[in-house]
Amino acid sequence: MTTPFKGRDVISILDFTRDELEVLFDAADKMDKFMHRGYVPKLLTDQVVSLAFFEPSTRTRLSFELAAKRLGAVTIGFAAEESTSVAKGESFADTIRMLDAYSDIIIVRHRYEGAALFASEIAESPVINAGDGRQHHPTQAMVDLYTVLRLFGTIDGLTYGVLGDLRYSRAASSFILGLTRFKPSKVYLIAPPLLKPRPEVKMVLDRMGTPYEEVDSLRDVIHELDVLYVVRIQKERFPDPEEYERVKGSYKVTLKLVEERGKDSLKILHPLPKVDEVDPALDNSKYAAYYEEARLAIPLRMALLALISGVEV
Amino acid sequence: MGGEGEGLLVRRIRDGTVIDHIPAGRALLVLRILGITGAEGYRIAVVMNVESRKLGRKDIVKVEGRMLERGEVDKIALIAPEATINIIKDYRVVEKVKVRLPDEIKGILRCPNPTCITRKEREPITPVFRKVSEKPLILQCKYCGTLVREEEIPGLIT
Ligand SMILES: [Zn+2]
Repeated sequence: MTTPFKGRDVISILDFTRDELEVLFDAADKMDKFMHRGYVPKLLTDQVVSLAFFEPSTRTRLSFELAAKRLGAVTIGFAAEESTSVAKGESFADTIRMLDAYSDIIIVRHRYEGAALFASEIAESPVINAGDGRQHHPTQAMVDLYTVLRLFGTIDGLTYGVLGDLRYSRAASSFILGLTRFKPSKVYLIAPPLLKPRPEVKMVLDRMGTPYEEVDSLRDVIHELDVLYVVRIQKERFPDPEEYERVKGSYKVTLKLVEERGKDSLKILHPLPKVDEVDPALDNSKYAAYYEEARLAIPLRMALLALISGVEV
Repeated sequence: MGGEGEGLLVRRIRDGTVIDHIPAGRALLVLRILGITGAEGYRIAVVMNVESRKLGRKDIVKVEGRMLERGEVDKIALIAPEATINIIKDYRVVEKVKVRLPDEIKGILRCPNPTCITRKEREPITPVFRKVSEKPLILQCKYCGTLVREEEIPGLIT
């Protein structure tokens, strides 16, 4: 079942059916071809895209900005450092109202969970959630799923491992939720006890009947994986620094571990930026898919902007 | 309706509403959810910790002179899922219904997540919770997705 994209808000990856995501991936393929050819039709000429980043971001903001500009749109907005002076103590709701008056699409990132949904209730223009606190990052999940599709030709039937801070990482949560729209063979959730997925995320897995298992160690399951999705574990999440020191080794991906125990065809994804959770020795290996993933963010976000604007792709 | 113990404490009302089978100790919370402060001028009887065959001990609230509407009473199912609403006319029960929690609860509850947008100061936003399970009762914040279990609810009533 597909609802037209035109004018839609993008708040959670669960707002989209499998069929709709496939429409999006097809459009992303076309955008990627345009870019390879070096000619991108200016589908968004005269459109204004607002980038309202109340929370720091480099990659997501740049990729949205580039996606909008390549399609001929005008972008306005602010970054976290400027957001306090933009707002000057005004409410989030009022800032959104101002942007709504100026723009055709509003892209918002905020540290409060639910900020994007609230913005979508205020604004008449469609709102795209570029991250709300620890909750959702739907366009990252779209990029991640699209990357898997490009690498394997399918999202179904694969075994996934999602590794790291699955409790506070919105990218990890959104990826897990996104997988429930497909038919993965199995999803391993690999996290220390304090950083296991939130109950509301597991509730969706249960309801959708997605096969999953929570495990403590990557080592035990890496041989089964086709896709390993890694997010960072932040030291600050641990009340006790010793606990962090004790567990961090179990959540680090090393070239040695991958070569010894991983499948030859294993691909590693990461929403970036990565710090030390992935061994830099993997960066140039056949296993690393995160740079391709970062590249595919552009055609995917171009496709999404075009579809939301209602133009023919 | 009512037990012997309660009969000794409060006389019957002529016209109004009797909310029966409230878990013991929650009568005042029920009034709070209903937005009844006492300042409205109705005669109100709050009966607490009386014997009940069904609940062991229970509370009862009687509001004289006011027929409570179904829609406004259903919200009390949040903390009194077994409650019954008796509409009284001329000392007789003319209508008796069980409360039923609506699928969406607007207001009343504060989200327990401190970084939920509904907790941000000076924003024009009302918390909304959706019922995701009836037994056991589980609610979910529409905005941040946080799940709230039955036992957390009394502490979240605003
Ligand atoms: Zn909330």
